Amino acid sequence: MQTEKEMANDIIRRSGVNPLKCMKCGKCSGTCPAYEDMDYHPHQFVSMVQKGRINELLQSKSIWTCLSCFACIERCPRSVEPAKIIEAVRLELIRRQGCNHLKSDAIPELLDDKLPQQAIVSAFRKYSK
Amino acid sequence: MHRIGVFVCWCGTNIAATVDVKAVAEAARKEPGVVFATDYQYMCSEAGQALIRQAIKDNALTGVVICSCSPRMHEATFRKTVQAAGLNPYMLEIANIREQCSWIHKDIKEGTEKAIILARTAIAKVMLNKPLTAGESAVTKRALVIGGGIAGIQSALDIAEAGYEVDIVEKQPTIGGKMTQIDKTFPTLDCAACILTPKMVDAAQNEKIKIFSYSQVEEVKGFVGSFKAKIRKKARFVDENLCTGCGDCTSKCPSKKNKNEFNLGLDNRPAIYIPFAQAVPKVAVIDAEACIKKKTGKCGLCEKVCSAGAIKYDQQDEIIEREYGAIVVATGFNPIKLDKYDEYAYSQSPDVVTSLELERLMNAAGPTQGTLLRPSDGTHPHTIVFIQCVGSRCDDARGKSYCSKICCMYTAKHAMLIREKYPDTDVHVFYIDVRTPGKNFDEFYRRAVEQYGVDYIKGMVGKVIPHDGKLLVQGSDLISNEQVKIDADMVVLAAAIEPDPTARSVATMLTASIDTNDFFTEAHPKLRPVESPTAGVFLSGVCQGPKDIPETVAQASACAAKVIGLLAKDKLLSNPCVARADESLCSGCSVCQNVCPYGAITYEDREFRIPGPKRSEIRRVAQVNEAVCQGCGACTVACPSGAMDLKGFSTKQIMAEVDAICR
Repeated sequence: MQTEKEMANDIIRRSGVNPLKCMKCGKCSGTCPAYEDMDYHPHQFVSMVQKGRINELLQSKSIWTCLSCFACIERCPRSVEPAKIIEAVRLELIRRQGCNHLKSDAIPELLDDKLPQQAIVSAFRKYSK
Repeated sequence: MHRIGVFVCWCGTNIAATVDVKAVAEAARKEPGVVFATDYQYMCSEAGQALIRQAIKDNALTGVVICSCSPRMHEATFRKTVQAAGLNPYMLEIANIREQCSWIHKDIKEGTEKAIILARTAIAKVMLNKPLTAGESAVTKRALVIGGGIAGIQSALDIAEAGYEVDIVEKQPTIGGKMTQIDKTFPTLDCAACILTPKMVDAAQNEKIKIFSYSQVEEVKGFVGSFKAKIRKKARFVDENLCTGCGDCTSKCPSKKNKNEFNLGLDNRPAIYIPFAQAVPKVAVIDAEACIKKKTGKCGLCEKVCSAGAIKYDQQDEIIEREYGAIVVATGFNPIKLDKYDEYAYSQSPDVVTSLELERLMNAAGPTQGTLLRPSDGTHPHTIVFIQCVGSRCDDARGKSYCSKICCMYTAKHAMLIREKYPDTDVHVFYIDVRTPGKNFDEFYRRAVEQYGVDYIKGMVGKVIPHDGKLLVQGSDLISNEQVKIDADMVVLAAAIEPDPTARSVATMLTASIDTNDFFTEAHPKLRPVESPTAGVFLSGVCQGPKDIPETVAQASACAAKVIGLLAKDKLLSNPCVARADESLCSGCSVCQNVCPYGAITYEDREFRIPGPKRSEIRRVAQVNEAVCQGCGACTVACPSGAMDLKGFSTKQIMAEVDAICR
């Protein structure tokens, strides 16, 4: 069993993000359209991964509510790319069998015309065979 | 026969911790030609220098090798030392065993081995050194100041005060620079115009100062003490000597809808205009692109109303050539363009303004006569949001990596002034960090919070959405861990500052170096902060790095002190390590002339004696102007016949060094 610190290092490596570049300006969370539906917010992901608080993040609702719209990546003044770190935390779970948040059968009924393309792609990312 | 002395410096523990200095001295003593070798804690100290002088006398040394720090640090020091003991200052070589050895090695054995090799190399070179004598060149007692903002004005005033002539070249129609557009100055809140315009008038009235406004430096040639500059005086289509600045022309001009640069395009000006009431020189200028007469040939109203007869539609650009001993770069800055930051809706709403635009909106001479009104509908704003670090401290391609330094203070100033003038206005400031080092600066910021009730929010704004004439500001409040939404009437962006776009071309023209952000590089970041590494070029104001007004003025005066020090000299000693052409080897191919960046090489026909019945022949050979040559060595490597050599760094010496390393 990996320690939290090891998991954090894996997540950092997998995401290609250097959380130490973060200046804690909060622009990612200021711009996030899914903010209200998150328990941990994009800027918290960056600092919690840096501190190795992975178990809390694995339990969080936010990894599934992140839309992968990449607004935080687009606007981060430090090129930290918070969405990539959220994605890497999500992968940590997806790679463990049986932890899938979505069932493939459930996806079609979730789709509607107003859903942005990016959200659909993101939904499939959250589902793994 | 040479008698060499070797002196190994410990530099405290800087060298001695990684290099066995005694072993280096011991090894050096065994080299042929070396008659004396020793080590000492600090060779550069007075005691260390005395030791060197004594050893030169006691051992009748003819050459000296000092194993110490980089020659950039103390070569000049040690040259003086050996000169004081009666040696030619160029009979000295430095072996850099600090920057190139002890600082980069961890292992004492390896460090010592390398230090011994470096010492051996310097010994091999000094054996071939020849005494050199520095030439002299005259100093033109006049300075050129490029840029007429507060930095340029202050440097010029100080240089003129010492009795030297100064020319200010300013590309705008008036001097004064950015400070003319600022309303109040922090932290004392005095009016910028009230403290700047008297200085502008002083500069104009000073008989030692000549102002070339609406002009640009086009070309600079020469070297420290004797620069030759070409200045293009752009046609302003108004005779400067006749115009009285009465303004009759500007009120009659029918072409009125041109963006007023002074008010940053927030209102309009006529095609013939005086930038602002206190402009220096107070002379009108015609914007040829907007002038109906210049475009269609019809109109001529300004010419009719001008009682001084100053309007000259056919005026041409004029090129003026002047000589200078020193050049001050004071090219200043601009706020960055915000077209890449559309999340703040700068291009979508006129109510999103930059801080400099806000200065104009608060200024009595501005488009609203000093009443703060929304540019969109002219109503009073009741909620204003300030966003800091727009483009500053950015890691991406959109912004600047550095802190622009002045934004925290001017934002506090704006917030405070608005709360003071319009207490019914809510003012929010989004910040990442508040940086207020400086005399009375933090007290000023705290006053904005504690006395004026400005709401500082730790966090950045994610986006600004214009809707129904208002601006929805969505951002982070990191301390309460909330996403905040504010319905604002106006948003003010503290845009990063960047060097003026001319900085790069000026640097190229002067062969002065600039950094990746186009700020001019100083000769030493701590000890020579107002000099460029290029001799005779000095730096004043924001062209060297972000600064507020007090710092700019302090640096401008420091820069002037350096210029005065240079102009006070009658003669300058030139570097004797310059190129020399061996005429007997020169084939006259001109390759050296083409590669020389300083234009120091010319060719001339010379008569040479040859064997045979002709007895002599005329050949074209290279000549080096020693006053112009900077000793870069480009010609020596370009010369296909090996005729070019650099004194003090001759091919023979360099080969001897290579041999010593490979031995």
